[in-house]
Amino acid sequence: MLQDILVTGLVNGGVYALLAIGFSLIFGVARIVNIAHTAFYMLAAYCFYTLLVRLHVPGALAALASVAAVTALSVLCYRLVIEPVREHESAVLIATIALALIFQELMLYFYGGNFLGIPSAVDGVLMLFGVSIPYQRLLILAVAAAALVATWYLLYRTRLGLAIRATANDLEVANLMGMNVHRVAMTTVAISVALAAIAGVVVAPVFVVDPFMWLTPLVTMLAIVVLGGLGSLKGSLVGALVIGYVEAITVFALPQGAFLKGAVALSIMVLVLLARPEGLFGVAFEEER
Amino acid sequence: MLRRLIFALAAALVAPAALAQGTIKIAVIGPMAYVQGENHWMGAELARDDINNAGGISVGGKKMKVELIRADSNEIQSVSDATNAMERVITSDKADFIVGGFRSEAVLAMQEVAMDYKKLFLGCGAADAKLGQNVDANYERYKYWFRVTPTKAPDLARTLFAVLGSIAGQIRTDLKKDKPKVAIVAEKVLWTQGIVNALQANLPKMNMEVVGLWQPSPTATDVSAELSAIERSGADIVFTAVSGPVGIVLGRQMGERKMKAIAFGINVEAQKDGVWEATAGKGNYVSTLDTYGMVEVTPKMVPFVKEFEARFHKEPTYTAATYDAIMILKDAIEQAGTTSADKLVPVLEGLKDYVGTAATLTWDKAHDPVWAVGKTSGIAVQWQNGKKVPFWPQQTKGMKPFLLP
Repeated sequence: MLQDILVTGLVNGGVYALLAIGFSLIFGVARIVNIAHTAFYMLAAYCFYTLLVRLHVPGALAALASVAAVTALSVLCYRLVIEPVREHESAVLIATIALALIFQELMLYFYGGNFLGIPSAVDGVLMLFGVSIPYQRLLILAVAAAALVATWYLLYRTRLGLAIRATANDLEVANLMGMNVHRVAMTTVAISVALAAIAGVVVAPVFVVDPFMWLTPLVTMLAIVVLGGLGSLKGSLVGALVIGYVEAITVFALPQGAFLKGAVALSIMVLVLLARPEGLFGVAFEEER
Repeated sequence: MLRRLIFALAAALVAPAALAQGTIKIAVIGPMAYVQGENHWMGAELARDDINNAGGISVGGKKMKVELIRADSNEIQSVSDATNAMERVITSDKADFIVGGFRSEAVLAMQEVAMDYKKLFLGCGAADAKLGQNVDANYERYKYWFRVTPTKAPDLARTLFAVLGSIAGQIRTDLKKDKPKVAIVAEKVLWTQGIVNALQANLPKMNMEVVGLWQPSPTATDVSAELSAIERSGADIVFTAVSGPVGIVLGRQMGERKMKAIAFGINVEAQKDGVWEATAGKGNYVSTLDTYGMVEVTPKMVPFVKEFEARFHKEPTYTAATYDAIMILKDAIEQAGTTSADKLVPVLEGLKDYVGTAATLTWDKAHDPVWAVGKTSGIAVQWQNGKKVPFWPQQTKGMKPFLLP
């Protein structure tokens, strides 16, 4: 049973990490709580489904086009919806909830509430310690790792990253230094949503595509980023693994309570917050900033 | 000139109302954005057209056409939306009768509204036993409720046991396993509870071993942890009682893992045409109870399925039995010579072996279909290379063999 928990927790943690990284980035850098983050993930999945299954566009091209289209849409949404109210955090929160619901209802209108499936990019199963893991899940793990490394590189090894961190550190000073802070924020939104879109494209083949597919990951993702420390990328990764393992342990140790796995994960989050209100890596992040 | 215009306008406004007086209004209520609601509507459309093309329903010698009211209950998302829809079709649209409903929790709430207004409500989707128990417990209030399809949950369990016994027999013969192991995967919702209890109590008596019970959320989109545990348990059969997306994920992930266990039970998603695409072709061997197929459960089933497929280019699911509900109403109205609900109730109660498209129906005192194999039990189907193949009851004409992975 131990090997089952180790492998299942790692794979599921990878899935969660892919979603949580982008959400954490946009909050940490631009202080935007983007509730529509997983709705963009849902849109990318629909876009990928449409191109791949209905229009028979080759897989790689369909994936790239989906990520590009959803990223472009996020920039548009940022300019039209988020930027005008960016100074008011609660307004941003409400505006992004509204955006997510609009996307959900649009998908419900155009595709109906039916569950849709996307073929896996790679078929087959790897046997590891007697546990079977589909290759698509390993691909998700690889993409999650690559996305995390790429994001870290972008933030800490490029001029754009420097500008993003500077803006996050002190928006007014960055502005006085001649940085275009609005453009930096917009770029951050684009990077963040691109990560969500990548998640939508690689994760959707192991789940099902439906207009409500953004809700469950949203709750899990919020739990992860709060657990890890809002805005901390390292925290998101660790939080994702913690939640992944907690869920796996719940299912293996308490099969009849499998439906409680989300609740148990959230309870762990609450417990951690009681002991450490800033989350696991919140302090380190603040010092870093 | 002005007076003539006013008269013409008044006539134009009054005309539809006058026409409407000659119709029987039947509200079709269901989650219209989903396959279940679509099938409610499509079955009802076929019934309406068949009736109207034949001249309508004869009410005391006067022919009346059927008019359908399409009511989206959105019940999968919201029970309050469902009760609002029911209230609207009764008070605003002035429906004479109501057919449909899918999610038990919502149908229980909609039943209350329909009973408040003493409207005949013929259920075509919900399985919870409480719907019929209400009739038994408080007949005067709930006598306007009748269940057309499916059978109530405990009877679904009886069907499941019958099919499970047949599958276990095949496993004993083909795989030489005297005591097949069964893993139960049931959504944690109202309608599965009775089935789970019955399985745990009866499977050991049927010489099967229950290796565990896994209860994911009905909205779960990942069961990889559950399947890892099930693989580890060495289960031969994964018994499913699922109605949500978890049914697709389960089928797909079992296929991806190339699991040797066979999935059988109630898997509402597996009843749909779209499941093969939704599982990306990985749902081979997934089997479930179902209602319609190209088999002669009743003499009307094959012609109905053919007509349905010709018109809508898809196979019917069990909620398309709104067709039967409307046809039963037609017969009852013609027999009673009235549309009065109070006068129709005893006529409906007196129905014996009504041959519909989905079942041969007789109602018990709780207004639930009397369970009988080959009459109301439905059929069992298995996905085999992209096709939904009926395999049970074996004695019914048109059944094919059940395959093990």
